[in-house]
Amino acid sequence: MTVESVKMNKTMYVARSPRIAARMLGEEMLVMSAQESTLFTLNPTATILWQAADGATPLDEIVGRRICSEFEVPPEEAMRDAEALARDLANHGILLISEEPIPQPGFSPRQPAPQEAVKR
Amino acid sequence: MVIAIGGMPVRVNTTDASFLAMLERRYAGFLGEREVADAEYEFDVELTPPVFGSTPADVRVTYRPGRWLLTRGDFRAEWEPAARRGLIQQSANPYSIDAVLRIVHTLVLAGQGGFLLHSASAIRNGKAFLFAGVSGAGKTTISRLAPADVTLLTDEISYVRKRGDAYVAYGTPFTGELAKLGENTSAPLSALYLLSQGPENRIDRISAAEAGRELLANLLFFAEDEELVHRVFEAACNFVDRVPVYRLTFLPDARVWELIG
Repeated sequence: MTVESVKMNKTMYVARSPRIAARMLGEEMLVMSAQESTLFTLNPTATILWQAADGATPLDEIVGRRICSEFEVPPEEAMRDAEALARDLANHGILLISEEPIPQPGFSPRQPAPQEAVKR
Repeated sequence: MVIAIGGMPVRVNTTDASFLAMLERRYAGFLGEREVADAEYEFDVELTPPVFGSTPADVRVTYRPGRWLLTRGDFRAEWEPAARRGLIQQSANPYSIDAVLRIVHTLVLAGQGGFLLHSASAIRNGKAFLFAGVSGAGKTTISRLAPADVTLLTDEISYVRKRGDAYVAYGTPFTGELAKLGENTSAPLSALYLLSQGPENRIDRISAAEAGRELLANLLFFAEDEELVHRVFEAACNFVDRVPVYRLTFLPDARVWELIG
């Protein structure tokens, strides 16, 4: 599904692209697009979104549980920013977004991601 | 002839005596035993007429099932890692095979957690140090300023191998402006310095993420291959997890070496 096809205000699912390499170095997340050899550094919000992007948890749930509590930002504003961020990361090929849960290798829908996958 | 860089012997076969003599001069100090039986890789060189008036195009390194294809305006090479054999088609010059060897080494090292890096490197007191930076950052300058007790491994392209949880730096024949081959020796790697010329000599620690970004920016990497990108990324991250990385700001004078080693 393309970035544009996921319209605003619909449930959005996000998943880490399998075509990237990522590593937390110190307090920053480095992500490299394997396709383009392009390196990105994620800011703290993007890092949280990235870590929680298991393909099974809706974006609004990630925002409510992880981002609003961490950054003390109103839910509507946080959701708007998170959607824009998700689309931006998807445009760079870092995230996959969809209106449906996104199957991930080794993951079952609605199951939390294993700790080691979250804490790389 | 066998060219042994980074402890990895590569046999090069050519029937052209003058080309062979050219290579012996180019890789003096890095030649293995002619009859060594355990060369890790072997390349036949097929000499082609020189192409005048053309400038070398960008290098392309692509993987086809079972073999790597390496091309640039001045050479074409194929390499089958499983068979440990390859073919290089180029004119009789030392620069083309130099590029092929660098590429082959980066491909081999990527699978072993090592890499080639745009950096000078040197040994002092039994420990190796890397001095990385883009062109003009001071790789040649700091090499030229090295005191007598320093063994220079290269002023341009460093060779780093992973040994267990540690890293070893090797000398290379890949030279920069200094035009002086490195010593064919090695030592455990102690630190990576990112070069920056400034008003004083000083060393500052940098964050792991900055170290990772700078290391990746200075790695030699050619292949258009996703799996290899993953490996190189992991190799760089593992390196900064284990080896101290500093910013070395220096004046262009020999006192900077008082801070090293």
